[in-house]
Amino acid sequence: MNKIKSLDDLRQLREGMQAKIKLRESGNNAENMVRIKVAMSTCGIASGAKEIMNFMMDELEHKAIEAVVSQTGCMGYCYAEPTIEVTVPGREPIVFGEVDKFRAAEIIEKYIIHNELVDGILPVNYRSIDN
Amino acid sequence: MADYKMHLLVCGGTGCNASDSEQIRDNLLTEVEKHDLNDEVQVVMTGCFGFCEKGPIVKILPDNTFYVQVKPEDAATIVEEHLIKGRKVERLLYKDPENNEPISDSKHMEFYKKQVRIALRNCGFINPENIDEYIARDGYAALAKCLGERTPQQVIDEIKLSGQRGRGGGGFPTGLKWEITSKSVADQKYVVCNADEGDPGAFMDRSILEGDPHSVIEAMAICGYCTGSTKGLVYIRAEYPLAIQRLKTAIKQAREYGLLGEEIFGTPFSFDITLRYGAGAFVCGEETALIHSMEGLRGEPTFKPPFPSESGYLGKPTTVNNVETLASIPVIINKGAAFFNSIGTAKSKGTKVFALAGKINNVGLIEVPMGTTLREVIFDIGGGIKGGKKFKAVQTGGPSGGCLTHSFLDTPIDYDNLISAGSMMGSGGMIVMDEDDCMVSIAKFYLEFTLDESCGKCTPCRIGNKRLFEMLDKITKGLGTEEDLSRLRSLCKVIKDTSLCGLGQTSPNPILSTLDNFYDEYLAHVKEHKCPAGQCKSLVKYTIDSEKCTGCTLCFRNCPVGAIAGEKRAPHTIDNSICIKCGVCYDKCKFDAISVS
Repeated sequence: MNKIKSLDDLRQLREGMQAKIKLRESGNNAENMVRIKVAMSTCGIASGAKEIMNFMMDELEHKAIEAVVSQTGCMGYCYAEPTIEVTVPGREPIVFGEVDKFRAAEIIEKYIIHNELVDGILPVNYRSIDN
Repeated sequence: MADYKMHLLVCGGTGCNASDSEQIRDNLLTEVEKHDLNDEVQVVMTGCFGFCEKGPIVKILPDNTFYVQVKPEDAATIVEEHLIKGRKVERLLYKDPENNEPISDSKHMEFYKKQVRIALRNCGFINPENIDEYIARDGYAALAKCLGERTPQQVIDEIKLSGQRGRGGGGFPTGLKWEITSKSVADQKYVVCNADEGDPGAFMDRSILEGDPHSVIEAMAICGYCTGSTKGLVYIRAEYPLAIQRLKTAIKQAREYGLLGEEIFGTPFSFDITLRYGAGAFVCGEETALIHSMEGLRGEPTFKPPFPSESGYLGKPTTVNNVETLASIPVIINKGAAFFNSIGTAKSKGTKVFALAGKINNVGLIEVPMGTTLREVIFDIGGGIKGGKKFKAVQTGGPSGGCLTHSFLDTPIDYDNLISAGSMMGSGGMIVMDEDDCMVSIAKFYLEFTLDESCGKCTPCRIGNKRLFEMLDKITKGLGTEEDLSRLRSLCKVIKDTSLCGLGQTSPNPILSTLDNFYDEYLAHVKEHKCPAGQCKSLVKYTIDSEKCTGCTLCFRNCPVGAIAGEKRAPHTIDNSICIKCGVCYDKCKFDAISVS
């Protein structure tokens, strides 16, 4: 890994990263690329987030859906753990709560493949400070 | 296969559910079916929108129409007008409180969202184990800006201007703290991150460290630059293994990028961070005790002054900041003091993270602007009290705080208001209690905690709290007298006035605030020997109503101590000299024959 020696280096890296993330989200095969974030802090893991993450990876691969599954920190919805955020290209990100294996399969089958919503969506109830 | 063009989202949060949201969903479904729209329109239930005061809410996608206070009978109108004719139902739209204009879509009514996330900006958004994702979200830009474009004093002035105060509980102005260390002269100075989160029910710091460790690292480096320190230490409790692991990963990645180490960003500034593990003693959250613990000494507080900013770790000037305080610093630098300053109340700026717990529907981690009212937090964001019970009190500030009642629900939350209400901000635990909670037992619970955690160095805290606990114990057993109540109060005052550190000075707060706000309950315990909430076991008596008892023997078979006697198909009785008041019989009885008094 190259060391960051100046502000310019950092800017370059930031732009590179943003481009990379953009590419990942809306790249060449935009139709097929789904992005899933699993909330994995202590609370999420305790309620089974790890199993859900593994399950989603297996299931997506099994169904040949190109997707990036990654971990993230606590989303704050402790009452509804495990929580996951699903971003299908061209659609707004959606957070699903209380995801067990059954619901995970349902989300893949109904929401990701057929654009059908399933019960238990958690609406974004905060403002972010991004411009 | 259905190809939905429209989605109707019905809020299924507990608050809205209480006001018929399921009926609304069913009616919408019927209407959709009636008009043969099944293949185009989907109706789903969602979680809480955090706007319960205007619930039930129905949101329509993709046009983002946001209908408030919807009634089951409105379903037909929504389907006929909005879905079929394409006209919004104006009377159900939210009206702008300022000019009474209806707002047609939720994109233009962000203000209904009571939360603003600054310290939590990246939590649940980035992968905490990937520094690149942090950098893509402007990570380390604040550090670069400070090192490249500003003098340490300029940065300190910015922080001072932002009005940020320490989020660990004390509320000391952060900029001023940094300035004092920067002005102290020494060959070595230290930056310490206080991650010794110990309040029962509080988990803000853990969530930040697990979700966004780089923001804390970046802020520590900025603090190092401002104060002239090259060494940072994170004092974190060993009970947080995942936070430790993520922090370690983050530090390693930052080192690999040269964002920690020698000559950061090609400037002469060098800074590195190491971890110190705490054994989970509550008192070590107090900064002097924390420093002694890091030095390998007993985790006991010492008298201030000298303040750590002048003489701290190893006798050197040390800045001690809480995790949440640090996590907000990069935002202040990137967005400017004016941005931070514009949020909050006159004397408390910015936002505060709270861990909502207890008898509340949406238990969770929230971040609201200072000045948000308790009502908004509990009833809008928190979704109200579990099981439709009545709100009784909310405990803020952990074992150092107090219980606030109904009359404080509309008080804007900030450092000073909470103190004048008899509680304190603390680190941000917020435990909600309902009508079934006994306030004397709550006070006893917190006191038991302080009793365990008192380091024993000073007499008022070590012995005084023990005596307080004994008195409370006596009261909850129905053996207290009115005289005990006045003795309780005067001993509380003595402990507050004479203890060495914050732990002892604040430990009587839960008792004082419950004495002030729930004196009736204390009186019921000492005068009538009754616990109004039915929580104090010694004061509770289970009896079987012989009229209602069918003699099914279910209670008899489930009683763990054999306190219930009776023949089959004949009324049973409870022997109260044997009964341990576990309540199993009460839960098991199918005929409502057992009562608690």
